[in-house]
Formats: sequence, C-alpha cells, structure tokens
Amino acid sequence: MSERRFSQEDDCSSLLSRLGSDSPRPRMKYGGMFCNVEGAFENKTLNFESFSPQTQRRRAARTRTDGGQTVVYPSGHAQENYGKREVQRAARDPRRCSREGGCCSSGDRLVIKGGKVVNDDQSFYADVYIEDGTIKQIGENLIVPPGVKTVDAYGQLVIPGGIDANTSLHAPQKGLNPADDFYHGTRAALSGGTTTIMDHVLVEPGTSLLSAFDQWKETAEQRACCDFSLHLDITRWHEGLYEELETLVKDKGVNSFLFFMAYKDKFQSSDSQLYEAFGVLRDLGAIAQVHAENGDIIDEEQKKLLCLGITGPEGHVLSHPEEVETEAVYRAITIAKQANCPLYITKVMSKSAADVIAKARKKGMVVYGEPITASLATDGSHYWSKDWATAAAFVMSPPLNPDPSTPQYLTSLLACGDLQVTSSAQASFSTAQKAVGKDDFTLIPEGTNGVEERMSVVWDRAVSTGKMDENEFVAVTSTNAAKLFNMYPRKGRIAVGSDADVVIWNPKETRTVSAKSHNLTLEVNILEGLELRGVASLVISAGRVVLEDGKLSVTEGSGRFVPRKAFPDTVYKRIKARSKMAEARGVPRGNYDGPVHDVISMTKSVPPTPTTRGPPCPKTQPGPRNLHQSGFTLAGAQIDDHIPRRSAQRIVAPPGGRSNITSLS
Amino acid sequence: MSDCRRQWNREDELPVYLAGPITTGPNQRKSFGMFSSVEGAFDSKTIDFDNYAVGRKGSRTPRSGSRERLLDTGDPVGKTPSEPREGSLTNSPGDREDARTGVEVRFSTEKESPDGKNERLLIKGGRVVNDDQSFYADVYIEDGLIKQVGENLVVPGGVKVIEANGRMVIPGGIDVNTCLMKPFLGTQPVDDFLQGTKAAIAGGTTMIIDHVTPQPEDSLLEAFERWQEAADKKACCDYSLHVDIPQWNESVKYELELLVQEKGVNSFQVYMAYKDVYQMTDSQLYEAFSFLKQLGAVVLVHAENGDLIAQEQRKILGMGITGPEGHPLSRPEELEAEAVFRAITLGNRVNCPVYITKVMSKSAADTITQARRKGSVVFGEPITASLATDGSHYWSKNWAKAAAYVTSPPLSPDPTTPDHLHTLLACGDLQVVGSSHCAYSTSQKAVGKDDFTLIPEGTNGVEERMSFVWDKAVAMGKMDENQFVAVTSTNAAKIFNLYPRKGRIAVGSDADIVIWDPDSVKTITAKLQQSASEYNIFEGLECRGAPAMVLSQGRVVYEDGNLQTQQGTGRFIPRKPFPDYAYQRVKFRNQVKCVDFQNGVTRGIYDGPVYDVIPTPKYITPAPSAKTSPTSHQPPPIRNLHQSNFSLSGAQIDDNVPRRSGHRIVAPPGGRSNITSLG
Repeated sequence: MSERRFSQEDDCSSLLSRLGSDSPRPRMKYGGMFCNVEGAFENKTLNFESFSPQTQRRRAARTRTDGGQTVVYPSGHAQENYGKREVQRAARDPRRCSREGGCCSSGDRLVIKGGKVVNDDQSFYADVYIEDGTIKQIGENLIVPPGVKTVDAYGQLVIPGGIDANTSLHAPQKGLNPADDFYHGTRAALSGGTTTIMDHVLVEPGTSLLSAFDQWKETAEQRACCDFSLHLDITRWHEGLYEELETLVKDKGVNSFLFFMAYKDKFQSSDSQLYEAFGVLRDLGAIAQVHAENGDIIDEEQKKLLCLGITGPEGHVLSHPEEVETEAVYRAITIAKQANCPLYITKVMSKSAADVIAKARKKGMVVYGEPITASLATDGSHYWSKDWATAAAFVMSPPLNPDPSTPQYLTSLLACGDLQVTSSAQASFSTAQKAVGKDDFTLIPEGTNGVEERMSVVWDRAVSTGKMDENEFVAVTSTNAAKLFNMYPRKGRIAVGSDADVVIWNPKETRTVSAKSHNLTLEVNILEGLELRGVASLVISAGRVVLEDGKLSVTEGSGRFVPRKAFPDTVYKRIKARSKMAEARGVPRGNYDGPVHDVISMTKSVPPTPTTRGPPCPKTQPGPRNLHQSGFTLAGAQIDDHIPRRSAQRIVAPPGGRSNITSLS
Repeated sequence: MSDCRRQWNREDELPVYLAGPITTGPNQRKSFGMFSSVEGAFDSKTIDFDNYAVGRKGSRTPRSGSRERLLDTGDPVGKTPSEPREGSLTNSPGDREDARTGVEVRFSTEKESPDGKNERLLIKGGRVVNDDQSFYADVYIEDGLIKQVGENLVVPGGVKVIEANGRMVIPGGIDVNTCLMKPFLGTQPVDDFLQGTKAAIAGGTTMIIDHVTPQPEDSLLEAFERWQEAADKKACCDYSLHVDIPQWNESVKYELELLVQEKGVNSFQVYMAYKDVYQMTDSQLYEAFSFLKQLGAVVLVHAENGDLIAQEQRKILGMGITGPEGHPLSRPEELEAEAVFRAITLGNRVNCPVYITKVMSKSAADTITQARRKGSVVFGEPITASLATDGSHYWSKNWAKAAAYVTSPPLSPDPTTPDHLHTLLACGDLQVVGSSHCAYSTSQKAVGKDDFTLIPEGTNGVEERMSFVWDKAVAMGKMDENQFVAVTSTNAAKIFNLYPRKGRIAVGSDADIVIWDPDSVKTITAKLQQSASEYNIFEGLECRGAPAMVLSQGRVVYEDGNLQTQQGTGRFIPRKPFPDYAYQRVKFRNQVKCVDFQNGVTRGIYDGPVYDVIPTPKYITPAPSAKTSPTSHQPPPIRNLHQSNFSLSGAQIDDNVPRRSGHRIVAPPGGRSNITSLG
C-alpha cells in the first residue's frame, strides 16, 4: 500500500494533483528541500536569485499550514524581495509580522565582524553578513550596504544557533501543564544559544494526530520566540493512523514520530505495534523515535517499591533501573533493524544504554542516540536528597543514573560520534506541581530543565576538557540534529543561504547556573551552582539580535514553524539501499509429494491477546483506508484468516495445487 | 504413583536411612549437599562392608522415584533400582533377570552373584575423569551405586571385571533438553521415551531431562503425571522432567507449588515466542520469575521475540515464501539475541537464575557471555544442532531435508556459529549441552509443506550430542576432558540439583558411567542410528569419540555397538528446589538488595503547595487481564463461623458456592436467622 504510494510520487499525475494543495514539491526529488542550495559551499559568491525561490517555497508552505489561512503569496515571484513583503504583511497583521521573523525590525541587516566561523566541518575567520533573516555573505572584506549594524565578534566563535531536538513545552502530564510554556521555554533557549527547538506533540490516546498537531502549532506560533519544529508522540498505534501520518509527513512538515515503550497501560506500544509503525514510517520516509524503557518491568517494580513503603523520589530511580532502559534500547534497535527503519533513541541516560547504541552502530544499524543536558551534567545521586523538592526536581524518565561517572562517559561517546545529538528534554514542572506525587513517587510529573544550559554544558564538559573540538561541538549541538531531521543546511550551518540563526560564542566566559538567574519560571534548577565555561554572548535568531550584553529582547510569537521534509538524506540513503537488498528469495523446489501426516483439526483458540504489550490495535479504522477493506469485504470473511494461521484447515486445503485431492472429510 | 509422590517428603522419618552413611537420600542434601560431605569419599580404598550392607538396602531405594511406594507396600527387598517402576512387561524380578540374561550374554555369570539381583562390577584400569580432575583408578559398582573408587580395591569375589585399558571413565551424560512426548497437533514425535532413551544411551547419555509441554488449557499437574507415566513405562535410562508453563495465571501458581514441593520438579520453562499460544508478556514473565524464585526453581526461557516473529512470518508468507527457508528468514538471529537480553534483564530485576535453552546463534551466546561478565546468574545451553551444523541447509533443494532442520530458534546460517559456540563452551561462558531432541517424521513435517509456519519444530541430536562435543571441542584442542565432562553432565547436574548423585564419579554416586573411546571414528547416518527419525540432520558428518561402553544404574546397557536396554528401567529422579549452584548467589543478593531497598530516604513531610490534579480516567489495557483465570477474583474462602451457624438450619452446604448470592444478605448470620427461615 504504502509502497505503491511512494512510487507514485514520481508520476506527474500525482504531482499535478498536489499542486492545489501547495504541498512542498521538491521532496519528490531525492534531496531534502534544502540540501541542494546552490552556492551553500561557495560562501563568498552572492547570488540572491538562487535563494529566493527556495525561501519562497518555504514561505508558501509555511503560510499554507497556518490553520485555514489561504495562501497569501503564491510561489513564483522570485524577484519580490523580502523586506517589502514583510512590510506589507506587517501592515496587515502585526502579529504575523513578528512571527515571520524580525525581518521588519531594525535588526534586519547585520554584519558580524572578526569572529571565527565554526561549522561542523571546518573553522575559518570570516565576516558574516545577514539580511532578511538569512545569511547573505560570508567572507573577508565583504561589500555591504551602508548603515548596517555591525556586531563585533573578535576573539569569539560564530557558530550556528543550537538546535534542541527534544523539548516538551506544552505536553501536559497527569493534567498538569508544564510551568514553562513555549514562551518561557524558547526564551530560555535563546538565552542559552539555542535558536531552534523541536517540541514533542503528545497526542493523548484516542485523539486525532492532526488536531493535536494543529493545536500545538497554533500555540507555539503564538508564544514561541524562536523557530520551532514538532515531533509527534504516538501513544496508541493502529493502522488507521496511516492516513494522518501521511498527511503529516507530506503536507505538514513532520518527519519524526515518537513511540513509548514505557508508561504501561497509558502510552506503551507493544513490539508488534512498533514493528508495524516502523514499517509505515520507513515507507513514509520518517524517523522513528522511541522512549526506551521497559514499561512492564517498571510497572512491576513500582508496585514492589510502593509495597516496601518507599514513596519518595528515590523510588523513581529504583523502579527505573538502568537495565530496563538498556533492554528497551536493545529491543527497539532490534525491531528497527527488522523493519529497516531509522531509529532515534531519545534521552540516553545511562552508560549501558549508550553502549548498546554504540555497538549497534558498529554493526551498521541506522540508529542515533541523544543524551540530554541532565545526563551530561549531573547524576542521579540527588534522588536521595533529604530535601524532597530537590529530589523531586530530578525526576524524569529514564532517570538520571546514580553512577557518577555517567556524564563523562556519555560525553566521551558524544565526542567520538557514537552519540550524535544533544537535547535538553526540557519539561519543567514547578515544585507545587511535582508535589502531586509527594506521597507516591509514581505520580510525580516527570521532567527536568536544561534547555538553557545545554550548549554551555556541552562546551564545559566536552570542549573545554579537551574531549571534543569546536567543530564537533557544533555538530552535536546543531548540525547533526539539522541533518537527521532534514533542516540542513537551512539550520545547523553558517553558510550563504542558511537561516540567520547565529550565536556568538564566548568560550572564555563562565557563568554559574542558578534558579535565581535563569530564564525559566521554575524555582529549582537541577544544575544549581554549576559553573559552566562557555557562554553565548550574542544570539541572533532569524536575523534579529535577541540576546546582547546579557539582555534578552525576544518577541512573543516571532518563532516560525520549520517544516521538515521526509526522507532526510543522512538517514535514508542507507535505508533505501538496504530496502533494495533486503528482498528475500524463496527456494524453488519441486512439490513435496511424500506422505503427509494427518493432523487432528485442532480448533486453535486464539487466547485473548496475551501478548499485546500495550493497548491492542483497534482494527476499526476511522477515515479512508478503504482500498484494503473494500477489497476484502468483497471476498468475504477474509479478515479472520489472518489470525489462526495454524488451523488445520489451511493444511488440508493448501493454496497451491493439491487442494482438490486431499480434502479433509 | 501418586501416593509415592505424596510420600516423598516424608522420607526424613524413614528409619532405614539411619543405617548407612551413604544412603544418599535427598533428605541429606538439606544439610549441605548430599554427597559433598560424605565421609570417605576420597579415601575410597577403605572398604567397610558393614557400612554398605545396611546402606545398600536403603540406598538402593532412595534414588528411585518408586522407593516410597515400595516402602509403602512393604516390599523393598524384591525391588531393585533397575526395576521397572510400573507397567513393565515382566512381573517378578526373577523373570526379568532371566529375560535380560538372554540379551547380555557376557554378564550372565554375574547375574548369579550372591545378591541375586544386584550387579557387582569392577571397572579396572580406566582413567576416571571428573569435571575437576582426572586420575587412574578402578571403580567398583554395586547395587547401581559407585561403592569404591581407587586403586587396588578390595572387592568381593565373583565380581564381573571390565577392563577399561586406560580409556576414560566418565560420568554418564545428562541431556537436559529433550522433547520425547511433545505433541504436535495431536501427534507424537517418532522418538518416544523408548526410542529416545535408547538413542541417548547409544550416545553415552544416561539421563535425560524431558520437557513436559502442556497445552495452554491443560493442567500442569495432569500433564506432568501423563509424562511421568509414559516415561516410567518406556524410558530405558533415568529421567527427570522440566515443566513448560504455557500460560500464566493464578491457578498455575498453585500447581507450580505442588510440583516443586511434592513432585520433584525444580525447573520450568517459559516462552517469549509463539505469539498467541505460549508467549507471555514481560509483566507475566516478571511475575512468573518472581514466583519461581520464591519456589527455588530454575527458570528456563525459550528466548525469541514472538511479536516480531509473527510479523515477520506474515511478511514472508506475504512475499510468497512458503518453504523451510522462510523459517530462518522469519526468525533472524537478532530476535533471539534481543529476547535473551530481555530475559536476562528480567532475571536481574527479579534476581532470579535464568537458564536460556537452545542457544543457537553467536549473538545470543555473546549476550549471555556479557551478562555473565556483569554478574548475572544466567546459564546458556547450546544444543547438538547448533554445535555441529548450521542453517545453510534450510535452503536445500530437497524439501524433506530442509524441513528436517526446522527448529526454533533456528540454526544460524552463519557457518562459523558452531565454532564460536564451542569456544564459549570451552571457556565456561556457556555451561550445558542439550540436544533439544524432538524428532518428527518427514510426513509429520510435511504438514507444513505449503506453509513453513506449520512445520513441527524439532531436530534430532540426543544420540550425537556427546560425540560432537568431543569431536569439535576436545579433539580440536579447545577443551580438555574435564571440561568435556562438565558441559556434558556435571554442570547440568549442578544446575538442576542432581549433583553429585549424577554427573560425577565418586563414591555414593549413581553408577551411570561411560567408558569413552576418544579414537573411534564414525560417520553419522540415519541408517545406523537408534532414533526412529528417518532423517538425521548430521547425515554424513564424521565424528571422533564415542562411548565404548555405557552403564546405567550399574548395568551395562551398551557395549561395542550393542544396546542392552530394557524398556521401563528408567527411574524418575526428583529434584529439590534451591540448587546451590544457581541459588547461592541469588540468596546473598537478596539480602543485599533488601538492605538497599530499606534505605528509603527519611524526609520531613513536604508541606509546600500542591497542585490540584483533575483525575484523568486511566486507560486500562484490556489485553493481559483477560488471560488471568476467573478464580483470582473469587473471595477468599474464610468465614467458617458463619457456615457452622448455617449448617444447623440445613441445606446450607450449597451456600458455599455462590458466595455472592443475595441470600446471605437477606439472612445474615447475626440476629435475624430465626425470623427469615429458608424454605
């Protein structure tokens, strides 16, 4: 089914049919939409013409998804220049203007002078000229229009703005909304040098993916101060989701979906469901993410601990032991291997889980691991803190590992490329919210802060200790994430044509993390008191300076949704090649014509789904998906045929030739 | 039959054991392993016949499962260990002996030894090989027991002497994994307990542990009894039984308890594969592990990810692949390794020993190795097939041949697998060699000729097991002879609490002895095998090392290619829970863990603000609960006070059953009973 769909993309009929929907077109070619920005690598040439169609398309896509808004600017007017349009827009809709990036603001044209431009592949001294929210020129002795604001970056690094690939700024837990929403969260992100966040849309079981996505996007567009993109968390997989997934991937710009292996009876997916889902995602060209913990074991352990009378936050870490994480990572990798689907493990918290990922990569699996701020900066000893509020602040799943050598270990793996992306898993709940679980650790809402400290933590732990160079730093904080999720080189690179999300990084400065001075509303910071070397001294988001001299000047709602295309090259090149190779072939044999034992027709009672690890997939399919069903209903009663594969009937009347000879009584 | 089992835990009271120090009854094991502290085990040159004289009578019986029954009937003298337990074709011991002399010509004279029924044998000039050491010694056997080990033994006259001529004298093999009665859609394997044990003996294996495989709805106890009965009638060598748990629910718990405490079963198999049939969820596995740990049993795990297999099978059938090659394609190595990893994780969490049956692939074996490095109590069992051949044959053009290899987990197509597994066996990372012998005829396999998922799973291997280990490991120089003994018998005996009764040549041990000929070379072929299966998966392989003579229960049952077995001579060997080898570490860890868990942090009560939470209706997975038996929901049967009140007024006996009937409410036992009288 999906296979067919996929191949159809090359047909021009489908192309035409999609024109009306104004779906981003270049996906049909092999590259991601931004992969082939001409001149991205010849930094010094200026060729405005070549960029504008790209941005145009992007803009169009963006506008289109703006909940019900008609397409304002049809593509094709390449010459039309940004500023003008923005002004027009600004006049018409001030809110939108601010969201569309600071193009209309004074920070429109900027030149960054004297800094060392650091990309993931090389560093070089160059000036960077920014206009209309994109990087227009890179090089020395740039010819820039007069009256351009100059930013001095002498002795500092000019790096691509960070991409935080995992935040939950809007996902409620147990009915509680995070203390830091899109506004506070992105504000904190910007202050730490992160200019793009990728937030998780938690789709409550039973609700529509699309509506959840729209709701998230709308909220974020109103509140976010930096660009954002969205992952979708699928809490209950069933076949009927296919249509929605397809829409999301092809029209909405979502290419990553998270599945839970934990949270039994709530979000957990069984192995079968994961396998099916992974297969669908592969066909759609999306990346599967998993929250890898064995929910069954956790459930049992929680019961046991509560029985033992342990109700404090230490019960959380005791009931989520490292092995449970490792086991699930291993299983997820196995499933992904079988389904030939790229896999992204969110929140790698323990050494052994990281090892499993590293080993799997050595065996050639397409798997990526994401340690988070907390796991890189601190450990789980605080769960035993005498102060309940402190202990509870650390509660997250998988939990921080009590082994104090974990951060170093994860940093090392990050440095050598076995882990690829750093994120924050930001999900902050105030102490009062956490106190919901004061008598039962299983009720404590899970989540820690980290979006603000992420870049500094990586710099402090990895670069300033000599484990990692500055290029690798850029890779793990932004470039890798951009590549994996198909935002490259729009994001994650300082190159002509890229978005002007630029951070001027001061490696010499230090700052001390404290709840008093951080930009979140949270009253406990899990990294409290930590002194971190490496600070973002100036942050440019979408061409506007948002942080300068320690002062934040953000605009609520200025963040834009960044749509992401399916089939990211970094991930899918190998997957595609393997799909071709994976064709298994049967052995052509003569018919077996020896005696066949008669078997008693055993009515195989299919026991009521003993194996579903999570909720069973309801076969009721909302919406279309009609091709299959209609085909089946015609022939009648075939839906059941799947289930009792071993019934004796099949033997007696094999689908081959001999069915008429050996008929069972 | 059943009465004997009932009696089994009574044995402490039996005075007959007081007589001899070598009584070897399992009761002594309670102190510290029944043989480990037998006095004189190592100064075996002293003979104290008086000691034995009494002990003989006692010792003869305790190890036979039928002993208690015999004592019950008050006729211990007429029975010998080699006596068929039930339903043997012969009636009196005398008859049987006569019948046997006809077969074993060489031993005819010894039959007339003073005792009349007991064989006395002296194995001279052999090199005794145990798992810890080898030494030259003679072995004197009487009453099915090893009575003396040493040089220059003083033995009574008229003893049959076997010249070992310097060959190895090793403990008889223990095959821990056979399925001689595993039904497949109502049919039985072609090798039943008779054929299977005959094949075992021909290969130097003197004890098998068979899997009782009840169907999901069956009672475990009934299945166990069925198996025991069949084996008692047919088995030619000693046997014991594992019980497979086809599904997990409350009623199973009760049966498990009975099996462990009264039936002498200390190992149970759970399945992670066979979706919708035997497979258990992780939660169920966790519960099962916890429960079995409390009972002191060893958990055997069939480790494959059934969910994924089901998906892969569907996919492969959908691709039009129906032949046996679909079997390995749908069960790739990774799924085995994943399940092994998960099983070990569960075992670690529960702190319970885990035994992985049928290690078929390198990655699964490596997973076990790594877990052992980290201290997990986990055992791995490669089988004959995985040690001797590989999965390339699934692609054979000959359907019958390809189908013969179908077993699960499947043989790995990687041809270096056997070598790797042998290496791990040699270094102790894998511990036990099984055979997973489960032979189906080609016509039975042909049930799946159009759908590989229907091919009954199982390969032969019980007969070839010891020889292949010798050939591929010892003869290649990977393993020494002591390790050979360890992996073929001693380790198994230790894990399953048969040691040192089995798995060791020592005074007091059972006289299950093999004289091993390392130089014999044979070519394996279905024509010459004992097994009844028409296809041998090792067909044509050449193999060094073979038993020259096999003694089971002190009787020569195999000699130079001639079997002298007798149907029904096999005894059921009960096994006690909490085998030291598996449980010692677990016990200590339990203590440590308990301390760990008691270290909850004492804190002041949190008195800050607390958010109000809107109670969200929790989604309950309907799936797993459907499998639990309805009995679990019934109220506990207490409240006898009430009942006595009621019985006086008559007709109340029925009231027990519908405990929730409205009756009780209307007529409460309190004051109003005389007002509203029933009827």
